[in-house]
Amino acid sequence: MHPSHFAAVLLFALFASTVFGITMRDTPPKMFRYGAYCFVLFVGSVIVFSWVMFLIAR
Amino acid sequence: MATTPNKPATGKQKQQGFVYLPLIAGWLIPGAGHFLLRKWIRGTLIAVSIIAMFAIGLGMQGKLYTSAQDILDMLGVAGDLGNGLLYFLGRAAGWGGQPVQTTVADYGKIFIVVAGLLNIIAAVDAHNLRTGRKS
Repeated sequence: MHPSHFAAVLLFALFASTVFGITMRDTPPKMFRYGAYCFVLFVGSVIVFSWVMFLIAR
Repeated sequence: MATTPNKPATGKQKQQGFVYLPLIAGWLIPGAGHFLLRKWIRGTLIAVSIIAMFAIGLGMQGKLYTSAQDILDMLGVAGDLGNGLLYFLGRAAGWGGQPVQTTVADYGKIFIVVAGLLNIIAAVDAHNLRTGRKS
């Protein structure tokens, strides 16, 4: 199994966000919102840092 | 002076039994702690997430930590142990790749460790539900 790096990031963010959402909030709507928030932060920070590393490496 | 008899708190009745059972069950089998508390959807989502993460990590040829030679290995073993029976099953069956040789295998190793850490968080959450600290 050889997913691309970005696919690995998406899978990691999906599973980690699911557990974070369930364990860190009390009610299902809040769980969903917090899980989505974590997912966006995971993926967004990866994209931002990838661009930073790309620009540093040039 | 009138005294009022002590009424047993209803919350105390929920405390009866072995309160650490969801914690231990949740550690051994991902999601089992929530299943014991009849939180079926939460338990299913947790089980799917953690087992999938562990399986994907193995599929990416991630290694299972087997011994602790230095501090980083110790942390890796601690993380892997969080997977409960999945880890012991993997050790017994010889799952997991050789020491990391590719980038994807390194990611796989991290997937397995993080699955263990997430499982510990989920087991503690089940314990908090059991004790009434969380609803």
